[in-house]
Amino acid sequence: MSLELRDIHKAFGPVKANDGVSLSIEAGTLHGLLGENGAGKSTLMKVLSGFIAADSGEVVLDGRRLALSSPRDGVEAGIGMLHQDPLVFLPFTVLDNFLLGAPGGLRIDRRAGERALRGTADRFGFSFDTDAPARSLTVGERQQLEIARLLWLGARVLILDEPTTGISASQRTTLFGVLRALAAEGMIVIFVSHKLEEVEELCERVTVMRRGTVIGEAEMPCPAERLVEMMFGRVLTESELGQPTLGEPVLQLDRATLAERALTIPEMTLSVQEGEVLGLAGLEGSGQRMLLRAAAGLLEPRSGRVVVRGRDLTGQGYRAFLDAGVHYLPAGRLEEGLVAGLTVAEHFLLAGDATAFFIDHDRARREAEAKIADYSIVGTADSTAESLSGGNQQRLLLAMTPPDVRLLLMEHPTRGLDIESADWVWTRLLERRDAGTAIVFASADLDELLRYSDRILVFFAGEILKVLDARTTTGEELGHLIGGRELR
Amino acid sequence: MEATLATIVATASPLVYAAIGETIAEKAGVVNLSLEGTVMLSAMTGFAVSFETGSVILGFVAAAAVGALIAAIVAFASIELRLNQIAVGFVLTLLAIELSSFLGDPYVGQRGRAVPSLPVPLLSDIPFLGRVLFSHNLSIYGSFVAIAGAYLFIFKTRRGLEMQGVGERPEAAFARGIPVNRLRYLYTVTGGALAGIAGAAFSLDRTFGWREGLTANYGWIALAIVIFGGWNPIRVAIGAYLFGVLSWAALELQPVFPSESQILNLAPFPLMIFALVLVFMTTRGDFADRHPILRRLLSAEPPSALGTAFHRE
Amino acid sequence: MSDRSAGARASSFILPVALAFAVAIALLQLAGAPPLEALRLLWEGSMGSTAKVSDTLTAWVPLTLAAAGLVVTFAAGLWNIGIEGQIVAGAIAATWVAREVPGPSPVLIPLMLLAGVIGGALWALLAGVLKTRGGVNEIFGGLGLDFVASGVAIYLIIGPWKRQGIASTSGTDLFRREAWLPTAGAAQIPVLAVTIAVAAVIVVYVLMRGTRLGLRLKAVGRNARSARLLGIPTERYTLGAFALCGALAGIAGVVQAAGVHHKLVPSVSGGYGFLAILVVLLAGFRAAWIAPISLFFAAVAVGGTQLSLRLGLDSSLGGVLQGVLVLLVILAGGWQARRALRARAAAPPPEEP
Repeated sequence: MSLELRDIHKAFGPVKANDGVSLSIEAGTLHGLLGENGAGKSTLMKVLSGFIAADSGEVVLDGRRLALSSPRDGVEAGIGMLHQDPLVFLPFTVLDNFLLGAPGGLRIDRRAGERALRGTADRFGFSFDTDAPARSLTVGERQQLEIARLLWLGARVLILDEPTTGISASQRTTLFGVLRALAAEGMIVIFVSHKLEEVEELCERVTVMRRGTVIGEAEMPCPAERLVEMMFGRVLTESELGQPTLGEPVLQLDRATLAERALTIPEMTLSVQEGEVLGLAGLEGSGQRMLLRAAAGLLEPRSGRVVVRGRDLTGQGYRAFLDAGVHYLPAGRLEEGLVAGLTVAEHFLLAGDATAFFIDHDRARREAEAKIADYSIVGTADSTAESLSGGNQQRLLLAMTPPDVRLLLMEHPTRGLDIESADWVWTRLLERRDAGTAIVFASADLDELLRYSDRILVFFAGEILKVLDARTTTGEELGHLIGGRELR
Repeated sequence: MEATLATIVATASPLVYAAIGETIAEKAGVVNLSLEGTVMLSAMTGFAVSFETGSVILGFVAAAAVGALIAAIVAFASIELRLNQIAVGFVLTLLAIELSSFLGDPYVGQRGRAVPSLPVPLLSDIPFLGRVLFSHNLSIYGSFVAIAGAYLFIFKTRRGLEMQGVGERPEAAFARGIPVNRLRYLYTVTGGALAGIAGAAFSLDRTFGWREGLTANYGWIALAIVIFGGWNPIRVAIGAYLFGVLSWAALELQPVFPSESQILNLAPFPLMIFALVLVFMTTRGDFADRHPILRRLLSAEPPSALGTAFHRE
Repeated sequence: MSDRSAGARASSFILPVALAFAVAIALLQLAGAPPLEALRLLWEGSMGSTAKVSDTLTAWVPLTLAAAGLVVTFAAGLWNIGIEGQIVAGAIAATWVAREVPGPSPVLIPLMLLAGVIGGALWALLAGVLKTRGGVNEIFGGLGLDFVASGVAIYLIIGPWKRQGIASTSGTDLFRREAWLPTAGAAQIPVLAVTIAVAAVIVVYVLMRGTRLGLRLKAVGRNARSARLLGIPTERYTLGAFALCGALAGIAGVVQAAGVHHKLVPSVSGGYGFLAILVVLLAGFRAAWIAPISLFFAAVAVGGTQLSLRLGLDSSLGGVLQGVLVLLVILAGGWQARRALRARAAAPPPEEP
């Protein structure tokens, strides 16, 4: 059995997520797919599993060309995808989750299903309480259930998308054992990840993607430097910032433990000063967003304190942080920052601090137009937020930020922007920095991190692996750390 | 006593049809808020058709068709046009009620055919139960079948499990190859057809005639009972019969407590609110741990994707 | 809405309106009534004489008040199905004042109005709190409270407030004269009620278009997450919207009780709450349109009685027309939006390609 992807193209508007990707995998192989955010790995796997229809290209399994227009086709072809957070039906029992969607007769044969589940579980060392609701399972257990289900349905190709995020070390060991056993039986296992160490440990061959294309392939073992270079390219950018003049600490985390569903960051201690630019590096879901939200007052630490400009604001809620001069610009511009349906002028009105009850529409328009000119927003005072391009939405969000902000928290400040807009954004941000604002930003762009940060915190699986001085570190070191390894 | 229970079972049967029908639609994720109007319009249709054709069965068929059609509009508007299910259902309710008045005008006061009585041989001779359950007619027996059928289908069959998945988390169902939107159409229309039968059961079996506003509030009560019954056909049916008891009690008590007895008729609604609050509370983990019995008894989890539209993107 | 071409907007309105008229004519033919005659009767029946105009205005007032209130709740992203109960609550409160509080009209009427405002607002807040603190969807919570309010009214009508001698569901005893809403002239034009309704529409219009409060409310309704990040206290605004709508609905209840029936009757809300939802849907949630659309609906309702008197048609034809119109407009709107969505072939770039 062999799997071939031939010249897959998939574009979302102007963004070419997959630009002529070809891949070939033999049966019984544990194949790694490596690449950073935005490389196109997820899109490719969604094409393979039928979630997305490719614009052009072919998927050939065992010499047979597959028509994959829906997940159903993928299921019937024996291609199973394990999502990062498996799609389970939370209130249903483990057994029902196992059975749902499986072919069969009119009646559900729960006993047969139970036997099959136990069989697979025993074989791989899983353990399930079949009557428990699926919501009681940990992420790792949900994965195991999903693997058992896909195997029962006769999957011959198993795709795992970043499977080790949010599972325990012992579950990871179990998982790897399962994957090796499956590959030994002749299945094709595709392991999508950004974690170098795991890919090195598990995979026999690795394909590296970057910006929608395949950069190269490697037989394992392969030196990590080569993999990093393929993943990130040569990153030679040097820091553009001079020596910063730092002021008082604006944000202090004092042994703050942050926890959300899948991730816990224990006892983080951090201090950010006025005029400092702090970059947060790491794959999405490694903890950067949690740090930003905690600093904004949206996430209360389980223990420890959050201090803003000398005042302990732990647990006081978002408004207190807002009043203290903290401003948060989330990544989802339309989902979390702007209001679709309202105009640019209306956004400025909402963001402004004027307290007059009545709106002077003429004045609002004039002020909006002034800001539009000032921030070079392509749009008018009456343009709706959703009609602006991504870059202009970002300009709008920046324009809405009050001038006296002391701490600016940004998630992916230049994501989806062209170079010109990105440069422009940073010019404005640096202006604020010069005025004493502290900036903490998360980014997947190594260039950006290296060029603008004073310090870089590298996150990996909920841990801060290292704090780098941006001036002395290299793209290589940063890339390694994002992949979970220290540069030797 | 037996006679009373038998009467209660009989008078509650239209409500059972409507509530079971709505349960099916909601379990698949679609709120058919047009229920009140559907029951009204199909009651009129059922009566009118049976009056014109002389056939009770045709009346039921026509009524079911009307219910299915209205439900199809709701489903279409939601799935294809991405409109709010509530908005469309609401407008359809008012429209259907007015249509029933307008088109039913010539039939007011007419005497119609009734569903012929059909005691089940042998079973109707059982003491007590025979009188209560097996001495009715096809329409009422049909309501029993609806309860059992819905329950068995939803909880005991493979397709029923898939339907639950569609209403609970359509993305996950879709990922498993289940045709989410096609099934939503199917189940919404089925629910609508049952609501249509409810209407016919009312005008052809309970009141034997049509007048304006005949089935007033029945649809709203059915909606409340679906929630109170936790989207489980058996509990929903119990809720419907409970309402039957309350109605009967209200009628009996009226001479004695004229004003207080009216309150009994409205009991489903505070109960529905109570059930909804309970759902919310049980999702807050600490409450569930402190009141496990209450939780098991009244726990009513709505299908998580209820009322939402599923888009492939 | 701003970026839809004028052509699209026109076709999503003109076409359904034309279709609705076609349906109406078809129904008339079905019922064996000449369409032109029916139209003439509708016009005469609603606007033909001062008395008729007065009747139309009497229907217009509660409808407009409720619709004005609903504009506010819809702006906040809420489906306030509980509006019927809020009207009833206002009527009950006003009835209490009429029965218990002595005094002449100039004192009594304002007190009744105030009671109606408070009653309606509190009943609406009940639905609001159930939503924000109890997680109860305002559609089902509102529906339940509609019936509870109705039940309370019935209980009072045949219980503690029953008519002397016979308890009857036809209502309580008539209010004393001082508690009747003042009217003008032989045709009994409800001047005070109309003034209040007009004021309400203006207030809501100004609120939504010209104040920061209205703008924040809209933000909450469209995207509560973004609104929260902008520093807007979303729960407070949600509850405020409920209270304001309830207040206006309460006034509608006072008008119905003290101006129309002059007593408390079980159906005091007259279905105006639900009908107002239709009005607001047809008005595209815009305050500027509710007054004329309400007038149209009121005229159809009042004029419709002529149809039943003279042509033997059931008066519900008016209701059918209203329902068909709103349904077609909504469906057409959805169709247009869907076509526009498909035309925008470029889907937005996903978070993680």
